[in-house]
Amino acid sequence: MAQKLDKVDAVIVGSGWAGGIIAAELTKKGYNVVGLERGVDKDQEDYIGTKDELRFSRRYEMMQHLNKETITSRNNQDATALPVRTNENALFGTNTGGSGVHWNGVNFRFLPYDFEIYSKTVERYGKDKIPKGMTLQDWGITYDELEKYYDRYEKMAGISGEENPIGPNRSDKYPTPPMKDTPAIRLFKKSTSEMGYHPYHIPSANLSEQYKNPDGETINACMYCAFCETYGCDFGAKSDPIITVLKTAKKTGNYELRNEATVTRVMHDGNRATGLLYTDTKTGQEYEQPADIVVLAGFIFTNTRLLLLSDIGKTYNPKTGTGVIGKNFTGHFNNMTYLGARGFFEDKKFNNFMGAGALGATIDDFSGDNIDHSDLDFLHGFEVQIQTTGNRPIATNFVPKGTPSWGKEFKDKSLYYTNRNLYVNALSGSLPWQHNYLDLDPTYTDFLGNPLLRVTYSYTDQDRNLSRYAVDVCEKIMKKMGADTVEKDEITDDIEFNSSFTTGHFGGGAIMGNDPKTSAVNNYSQMWEMDNLFVVGASSFPHFGNYNPTETVGALAYRAAEGIDQFLKDGGGLLVKGNQVKSKT
Amino acid sequence: MTDKRSDDDKNLDEDGLSRRRFIKNTGMVAGGVVGGSLLGGLLTSQFQTNEETKTDKKQETSSDLQDARMFFNQNDFKVLQAATERIFPEDDNGPGAIGLGVPYFIDKQLAGSWGTNAKDYRERPFLKFNQVENMQQKDSENLPPNPQGAQGEDQKTNTENQRHQSRLNRREIFLNGLRKMNQLSQERFNTTFDEASEEQQIEILQDFESGKVKLKGVAAENFFILLRVATLEGAYSDPLYGGNKNMDGWKMKEFPGAQPAYTNKISQDEFAKIKPISLTDYQG
Repeated sequence: MAQKLDKVDAVIVGSGWAGGIIAAELTKKGYNVVGLERGVDKDQEDYIGTKDELRFSRRYEMMQHLNKETITSRNNQDATALPVRTNENALFGTNTGGSGVHWNGVNFRFLPYDFEIYSKTVERYGKDKIPKGMTLQDWGITYDELEKYYDRYEKMAGISGEENPIGPNRSDKYPTPPMKDTPAIRLFKKSTSEMGYHPYHIPSANLSEQYKNPDGETINACMYCAFCETYGCDFGAKSDPIITVLKTAKKTGNYELRNEATVTRVMHDGNRATGLLYTDTKTGQEYEQPADIVVLAGFIFTNTRLLLLSDIGKTYNPKTGTGVIGKNFTGHFNNMTYLGARGFFEDKKFNNFMGAGALGATIDDFSGDNIDHSDLDFLHGFEVQIQTTGNRPIATNFVPKGTPSWGKEFKDKSLYYTNRNLYVNALSGSLPWQHNYLDLDPTYTDFLGNPLLRVTYSYTDQDRNLSRYAVDVCEKIMKKMGADTVEKDEITDDIEFNSSFTTGHFGGGAIMGNDPKTSAVNNYSQMWEMDNLFVVGASSFPHFGNYNPTETVGALAYRAAEGIDQFLKDGGGLLVKGNQVKSKT
Repeated sequence: MTDKRSDDDKNLDEDGLSRRRFIKNTGMVAGGVVGGSLLGGLLTSQFQTNEETKTDKKQETSSDLQDARMFFNQNDFKVLQAATERIFPEDDNGPGAIGLGVPYFIDKQLAGSWGTNAKDYRERPFLKFNQVENMQQKDSENLPPNPQGAQGEDQKTNTENQRHQSRLNRREIFLNGLRKMNQLSQERFNTTFDEASEEQQIEILQDFESGKVKLKGVAAENFFILLRVATLEGAYSDPLYGGNKNMDGWKMKEFPGAQPAYTNKISQDEFAKIKPISLTDYQG
């Protein structure tokens, strides 16, 4: 029997960037907020002196351990989904701060094209350009409307950046200057400039200098020690929720974060959410936390699963394309949308072991709709980047094709080429299809007996054609950079989604839009069908742009927080009126 | 002491940062996120170890006393030693798997929670083994590309999720695989695997890698992937886990370990030769 607790103004699932930003904004305004985090309590000091590749990158110290909960995955509706059993295939954040603590710190804004992708595609190429089955939708918000929230997020996180020469309008420059450059970055910038492209530094949450944000929190200067990805920062020099928004929220005295609290249901009466049901995993005690506002700010799988488990919204039906919860699952996948070309240099050594998670350079010449797609057999585009994240020795043993993967020749060549190779890769947009979706698994359950979320996903010619084009560009750039041997990743005709979820970039399931028939939430991340329930995060992305998602998640969270405040002041109601909008399904 | 000291100071000047400079760069003292006393302790230990050459306290004593088996029996361990040495052999670059302590590393890892897949999802139903094997064969024709992706090159095959559907845990998979290696060696060469010639050992390992060998409950190539990756983990993880002895794996790979900062080196064109630091020294 669940124990009922005292009501609060707002209860939030998750303490990552989305949950953290909303907690900070609401508590600063005086609302009392409870956060429920399934993972354990962590502070910055837990990550001091932990440059340990085995523990963090190979034994997945900071990832959700799958013994409690995982997802299942399959390629089509006729197949039986299999559970993802090891963290080798599932890097999902957990613990205080969520994925926002172990991220690399890459910060991009999505493009104006992304937010109006359906309208702009039809306008430029006509309706027939959108293939049958591609469920492309506008987001119900424009870049210009979201810009001020991007700006707020960047100032909160202290982002270090260089102006993108062909980027969209900005109301202000980045709060801190770009990071240092490296020989590899200089080579990439010189080569791509000579090819007529427009390189710039990747905007970074590893800060170029110490910075105090508008909330009064200090983020330190990056030491380029190369332990960002899958690690917490040794020096408090990578923006994360622990050292920024959660700290801000706690300072107000209005925020309580409860760890090891696994949320199992959104309580509701059919019209309004009344609170969250959760289990304290230390004691097994079940609690009901009532609240005026309920916010789902977990990872996309958590948000979508909670809606399905709680029977909120119309479940998506992939056969008819109707319903919304579970719709438009997209993402970046390690054998399709994250590919490129590797160059081996016989006479040049790079300090590949140095770096920072977001240290690198990129070009936007092929991003979104920046190239003319009239004669191309795909939509959307890709960002081409060189990242000097820092190669660690267990994970990086790159050898030229034809080299055995073990034995004398492997050892010799893997040692020789450790610092004699560079990789240029493309991060491609991922567009939604009627057949790619999320629902509940009929067989497998979590440690509390609740059904796991099931992913059904397969690649299309759109993905293959886009990736092939992108990889060819990477190859040309790598050749221009002077590598002696250039090997591009192959995209075969029958390459298929490998049920590996290692990029951390996934979207959809509770998508935003203008039309309650085709979207779950409006542009304040407010559920159309339950106006005091807000579902915040990449779960609201109707498609995945060709960039890392965090900054867009952050911007949407700031907008959601503003909407929640307005909602509480107004005493309820939808913040946006839904319209029937044009879309092709 | 004097010699060592100057040696390390040279490294510090060339490659590291002075303590003062480090603090200045991070801005930590000026009001960073970390509490003063905690930070003071950490930085002091990081820089003192450099200066005091604590590295010499190392391996001959403490770590040799850790070289005992926790999990494998003597015969299994001999096979493991021989197999890992073939995967990562001693050569002109430096020590092989045995010299780096890789077999003891794997033994310790298997004895712990990794060996029983404690963090993994282990709920039934598992696939019947022949279902796993069929999927494996279907997909093995699609050789994976070689992307960096989010996690390095060992992660990417079309069979990623399927190859983890075995109902055996890692301890069982290792025992299963190593004993089969020994059995095959007896059958083919009339000798134990560890006594077989290098060429004979390689032949058997290749048959595991290509899936020609049939095991029960796990595909031989999946055991081989596990063995290969565990060998690399033992060669290159921090020495605290019992492998990478004397940081020789890192030295061969010119990886400097747990360096506090590359701020002064990150932009330079020249390759930086930096003496590695282990977590024993870094944490102080």
